[in-house]
Amino acid sequence: MLRSRAAGLLISAFSCAFGTWMIVSGALGQARDARRSAASRAQGIAAWEQVYSVLTHARCINCHTATVYPQQGDDRQRHFANVVRGPEGKGVPGLNCASCHQETNADSTGVPGGHNWHLAPLSMKWQDLNDKPLSTAAVCRALTDRSKNHNLDGPGLLKHHEEEALVHWAWQPGQRPDGTMRTVPPLTHEEFVAATRRWVEAGTPCPRGR
Amino acid sequence: MATYQLNVNGERRDVTVDPSTPLLWVLREDLKMTGTKYGCGVSACGACTVHVAGVATRSCMLPVSLVGERPVVTIEAIGRDPVGRAVQDAWVEKDVVQCGYCQSGQIMCAVALLKHTPKPTDANIEESMGGNICRCATYVRIREAIKSAAQRI
Repeated sequence: MLRSRAAGLLISAFSCAFGTWMIVSGALGQARDARRSAASRAQGIAAWEQVYSVLTHARCINCHTATVYPQQGDDRQRHFANVVRGPEGKGVPGLNCASCHQETNADSTGVPGGHNWHLAPLSMKWQDLNDKPLSTAAVCRALTDRSKNHNLDGPGLLKHHEEEALVHWAWQPGQRPDGTMRTVPPLTHEEFVAATRRWVEAGTPCPRGR
Repeated sequence: MATYQLNVNGERRDVTVDPSTPLLWVLREDLKMTGTKYGCGVSACGACTVHVAGVATRSCMLPVSLVGERPVVTIEAIGRDPVGRAVQDAWVEKDVVQCGYCQSGQIMCAVALLKHTPKPTDANIEESMGGNICRCATYVRIREAIKSAAQRI
């Protein structure tokens, strides 16, 4: 009888200690997970800021307009010759993108070219109606909104940055008509893809703010 | 120099030129087809417009090396096309031409428009023809002729 009561007390004490340990270790684990998550988010956002620095370079953002026209040049002026977006982002009959832009750069004439030359859809506009680039938070939100980005998830965005011909063109933009080379984004394509991968692996976090 | 086999107005034409030569100059200098005009030389005026694989194309900025096997149609042959014929007839009917220098490009662009948009609105015409400049300002008659051609098609 006495032995059985002692055993019961022992079990109760053990259960209590185990429960306390579970609670404490759980709390510690949650705190550790939260710290890890915060660190991951911070790293993800740092990677995103690198991605953003590329997306808002003239080679990229000139065709991610909010208006009915593309832009050109490092000063991002309105495209000359009254070129307009058209229903599919490829100009209009008689004045298509392909009226001048071929499958490759034409360095002898200074006309840039690449496969399927076209404007990004308006859902992927990265600037406002005054041609001012949107904030890092706004571009990130748009890029990760699957109702706006052709339903691309994180790996899909990474694949787009890694393989899309017009993305590649930004690093091989050819010569201007005056024979000088067009500028390229601030990261190499490899660095851009690596930054996108880090951002995707962190869960495509976006900065807070408007 | 390199030799290219071009398909111009349904005929094979061999030319030996520098690869960077714009198609415009191949047409005018090598093939002696002077209906296509040199205007600005930088794609800004539309005088040099021809059709490449059915797309209205500024031939002054297209190196011949990038033409490939795509068929080229110029103002010399556009009248063989029913839409092209309708546009040229409408141009005559409305007496569009003043000095005439830009008109081959205007017609090639108008044909491209009507092939895709048989009943164009004023907005369609403004957008599609907006890159074709006419120093004589025949724009009102161009619009009337396009609408007239649309009724003939």
